[in-house]
Amino acid sequence: MRQLEHVRETFSRGEVWSFMQPRPSSLELDVTHGTILYLEDVSVSFDGFKAINNLNLYIDAGELRCIIGPNGAGKTTMMDIITGKTRPDSGSVYFGQLINLLKLSEAEISQAGIGRKFQKPTVFEHHTVFENLELAMDGDKRVWPTLFAKLTGEQIDQIEEALEIIGLSEHLGKSAGSLSHGQKQWLEIGMLLMQNPHLLLIDEPVAGMTHQEMDRTAELLTSLAGKHSVVVVEHDMDFVRSIARKVTVLHQGSVLAEGSMDEVQNDQRVVEVYLGE
Amino acid sequence: MILIDILKKDRGGQIFLAVLLVTTVTVACLNLAVPESSVWHVSTYTVTLLGKYLTYALLAVAVDLVWGYLGILSLGHSAFFALGGYAMGMYLMRQIGDRGVYGNANLPDFMVFLNWHELPWFWYGFDMFWFAALMVVLVPGILAFIFGWLAFRSQVTGVYLSIITQALTYALMLAFFRNEMGFGGNNGLTDFKDILGFDLQADSTRIGLFVASAIALALGYLACRYIVNSRLGRVAVAIRDAEDRTRFIGYRVDHVKLWIFTFSAVLAGVAGALYVPQVGIINPGEFSPLNSIELVVWVAVGGRATLYGAVLGAIAVNYGKTYFTAALPDLWLFALGALFILVTVLLPRGIVGLLRRREATQ
Ligand SMILES: Nc1ncnc2c1ncn2[C@@H]1O[C@H](COP(=O)(O)OP(=O)(O)OP(=O)(O)O)[C@@H](O)[C@H]1O
Ligand SMILES: [Mg+2]
Repeated sequence: MRQLEHVRETFSRGEVWSFMQPRPSSLELDVTHGTILYLEDVSVSFDGFKAINNLNLYIDAGELRCIIGPNGAGKTTMMDIITGKTRPDSGSVYFGQLINLLKLSEAEISQAGIGRKFQKPTVFEHHTVFENLELAMDGDKRVWPTLFAKLTGEQIDQIEEALEIIGLSEHLGKSAGSLSHGQKQWLEIGMLLMQNPHLLLIDEPVAGMTHQEMDRTAELLTSLAGKHSVVVVEHDMDFVRSIARKVTVLHQGSVLAEGSMDEVQNDQRVVEVYLGE
Repeated sequence: MILIDILKKDRGGQIFLAVLLVTTVTVACLNLAVPESSVWHVSTYTVTLLGKYLTYALLAVAVDLVWGYLGILSLGHSAFFALGGYAMGMYLMRQIGDRGVYGNANLPDFMVFLNWHELPWFWYGFDMFWFAALMVVLVPGILAFIFGWLAFRSQVTGVYLSIITQALTYALMLAFFRNEMGFGGNNGLTDFKDILGFDLQADSTRIGLFVASAIALALGYLACRYIVNSRLGRVAVAIRDAEDRTRFIGYRVDHVKLWIFTFSAVLAGVAGALYVPQVGIINPGEFSPLNSIELVVWVAVGGRATLYGAVLGAIAVNYGKTYFTAALPDLWLFALGALFILVTVLLPRGIVGLLRRREATQ
């Protein structure tokens, strides 16, 4: 019956189909209080298992935050919640003061300015490196504009710039599936840059990278902070140390400790559950 | 100009369209201008058979668009084909006028036979060609839109989607089998006399329909190629390969699927509308779930995600079928099944993949 109602709604004469509407202005980000992301009392359970348990987390605008925690702590699940992939059982998630992320679809959240890199690198394997970046590019992503989209010179420059940053300029015509694991990670970061998001969520960026590549990633992420807010989940402690200003430790779905790397490392509880293992 | 743009990097498409053009012109000339006594004469039977293949090819292109590029394995595309066919069939029924067995100018024969006295409301307008042509596009299009709206919003994908597309075509088949639906029951619509005033039995009309099918195929191909070449086409492939990822970079995956699926259904409807006047009948058997599966085999045999592969597959398999069903009618289904398995195992990229590989090694 609900579906029938949807059909009715869709075809009623007054209805302007959502994909024909201009982007609602409520998607404008408001960070006047200096905080870009609010997670308050968020809980979610899978078949009775509490993956996220009363989680409270605040990310400042322009901040670079590292999130660490043992396997299964709920780090990826937290990102799933922010990006709309998983809906929490309770709690609230706000992007800036005004945008209630729990009310938006995944695509809308992305349009609002949250970009995400997955734990397992996912690029479009059958597309070239260039096309991957083109698809990710910020812009009108509705069906008709996409059908008739043409790349402007400015946009090509933008893509080339991103290629430069991620060091894949020579590979722009290669299919993404043929890249090495580390290069795919970079490409995915490049796709994030093309989206030009306010907030970047980056899940395990350096897995499978050489030390050299890691250094460059660290450099890139630190350079992004300030203009963007960046949240990095990472297991590699050396890497975290090299970029971290503020570290949050997750454990069993809630925040165990928060502070500078040194503070966190000296926290007795953290040592017990994580660093001491 | 646009044509050059669309075909710039599509060598397979250039070859296919060139072959299509040459074949169409040659066949038309050999049928109309060469006397029947000559060995070079192409019989009208052959022309009609080829015309039928062309409509199948258009249908296959429509399936390839959604399956090959968008990754939706629709096992219900024959439903859209049949609906387009029925819309055309209804027009052709109305064209019969009082030349039916019962000589009733207001009612098709089967309604007289059922003792109906009035034309049902949904037959209104079908005496006009423009209206029927509009319905050929609208009926499959709207059905696909509603179906897609419900399915893609709730993120039904993969096997589940394939199964409900099968259910859709099966349900329609059962419905159209019923006499009280008003579409001629299990006999369907037949005994057509003429189309737009031209005698359907005349050679020139047959050629006209054949040429129209060729044009529709060419235009359908070009439209699909345009979509595939556009950024939307790249988004489609992105959805096929990593749907979640596509959603996270900001595309409304459900909308993209909905529009491409609907467009594909419209193409299938047009193919059905051209098919019916050439074979002279449309009945509920066209909705058979088996037909939809056969379609997918054509595309698999030709080679997915190439468009021209679908054309090649449709023609090759149907040529084989025509041949096979004449020689060993009972074995066709087994042959089809075996073909599908062989192709999946040995030729995952179909005939086109084989040709490309050969080219690459040379
Ligand atoms: N969709 C799901 N259904 C059931 N359980 C889930 C689901 N997603 C996550 N979980 C469980 O929730 C817990 C948290 O998982 P999550 O992936 O968030 O951990 P993580 O901190 O990212 O771990 P890792 O460091 O291994 O990536 C795990 O125990 C996992 O098995
Ligand atoms: Mg994880």
